[in-house]
Amino acid sequence: MSLHDDWRPTCSVAALRARAKLLAQIRAFFAERDVIEVQTPTLGRTSVTEPQIESLRTQCGAFLQTSPEHYMKRLLAAAAPSIYQLGPVYRAGESGRLHQEEFTMLEWYRLGFDDRALMAEVSDLIDRLLGPASYERTTYESLVGTVHGAPAELDLAYAEAIEALGPMRCFVTDYPANQAALARVRGDGGQFRGDNGHFRGDNADDARAARFELIIDGVEIANGYHELTDAVELGARMARDNQQRLDARREPMAPDERLLAAMEAGLPECAGVAIGVDRLVMLALGASGLAEVVPFADR
Amino acid sequence: MARYATNEFRAGLKVLLEGDPCSILDNEFVKPGKGQAFNRVKFRNLKTGRVWERTFKSGESIEAADVMELSMEYLYSDGEFHHFMKTDGSYEQAAASAAAVAEALPWIKEQDVCQVTLWNDDPISVTAPNFVTLEVTETDPGLKGDTAAGGTKPATLSTGTVIRVPLFINIGDVLKIDTRSGEYVSRA
Repeated sequence: MSLHDDWRPTCSVAALRARAKLLAQIRAFFAERDVIEVQTPTLGRTSVTEPQIESLRTQCGAFLQTSPEHYMKRLLAAAAPSIYQLGPVYRAGESGRLHQEEFTMLEWYRLGFDDRALMAEVSDLIDRLLGPASYERTTYESLVGTVHGAPAELDLAYAEAIEALGPMRCFVTDYPANQAALARVRGDGGQFRGDNGHFRGDNADDARAARFELIIDGVEIANGYHELTDAVELGARMARDNQQRLDARREPMAPDERLLAAMEAGLPECAGVAIGVDRLVMLALGASGLAEVVPFADR
Repeated sequence: MARYATNEFRAGLKVLLEGDPCSILDNEFVKPGKGQAFNRVKFRNLKTGRVWERTFKSGESIEAADVMELSMEYLYSDGEFHHFMKTDGSYEQAAASAAAVAEALPWIKEQDVCQVTLWNDDPISVTAPNFVTLEVTETDPGLKGDTAAGGTKPATLSTGTVIRVPLFINIGDVLKIDTRSGEYVSRA
């Protein structure tokens, strides 16, 4: 494409219409369930410590948020009801057929839900948006074949295993405890041990995160947690993340002290999930990549 | 030699993979939401033509290959090597092995200008021009006046290659041939 044509959108008018319809359906779904829409900043003083997610930094040292999670949890700790947010998030260096540095995320939190209850609601929403279908369930261990190995090897095996799932909707559950992110961790029997839901058992191999993902047609669509509520455990995970960042010669991220303070003040029992909206539009249209469904793709 | 990181991988980039010069065909970014990012890359091995797929952790780098594609004139064969000369006026020559010229050889004659891929100044593959003109050295006698589309017959070209030609072609005719399909186009 010549520079002269470079002003043109990468998606069709039909894709614009499909996206608008999907956004309206999402808002109607949550209005019916009395989950209220919130808009938190996309620009923050800190960002996630996640070892494999890089935040874009502005010239004045602020960070474009990689998800609205920290702000939304601060709302929940300050007595907000169940909430959702629909808006742009940013991840540095992620660009490809299924990735854009800026993308649209739907994230919501349900007070009093656990991961199982939230999975049911996720499938209700997906049925509404893509039409009803059945949902398979598998654990991380049976999908990947193991929970042991170097993190990069496991990640590659996971990426290949979800692609290989093919045309179906499948929830993956029971992630290894060291992939809990901000989910609580439970022991082998599904019982929470320790206070506020983090695992204190002797055999860490048995520990699994109360985390799930929804894979549709081989594409990661949703990632959800029965949320960790323990501020001390969160602080420890952030420190561990930063040690991993240092080991990989990545810049550490200052822990979000406001989130830690909010968790100390008390995050209510809840479950939360994030969905990649552009990927949903892609599936709804049978498109082969995000460039066909976002108005102006990265490249 | 320079190195390229995964975020610089583009189609057409020439790199060294397991000691062989390769051209990148395709580079796909793969990343689980919370996991390590990877690049799944397809390469064409420029020596063998085979397509290889390899997965790299994003951020890894591989060595660049000193690969050039040049127009060069076919001079002669000494029985073992096939000699080509640069067309830039430098008269520099390069000798290609039988393996490097294998695909071009059925179609080229002396003075034809070919695309030559040089790795460290050594020819590793030679591509014939899309169209060449070659003389017929052997075929059944032509049927006079039969210039309409009809049957075909085999004809041997001056390079020894046999192709299908229309019935009206005679020994000594010079033909235009599409080397990509190996098909007769017209009388030259």
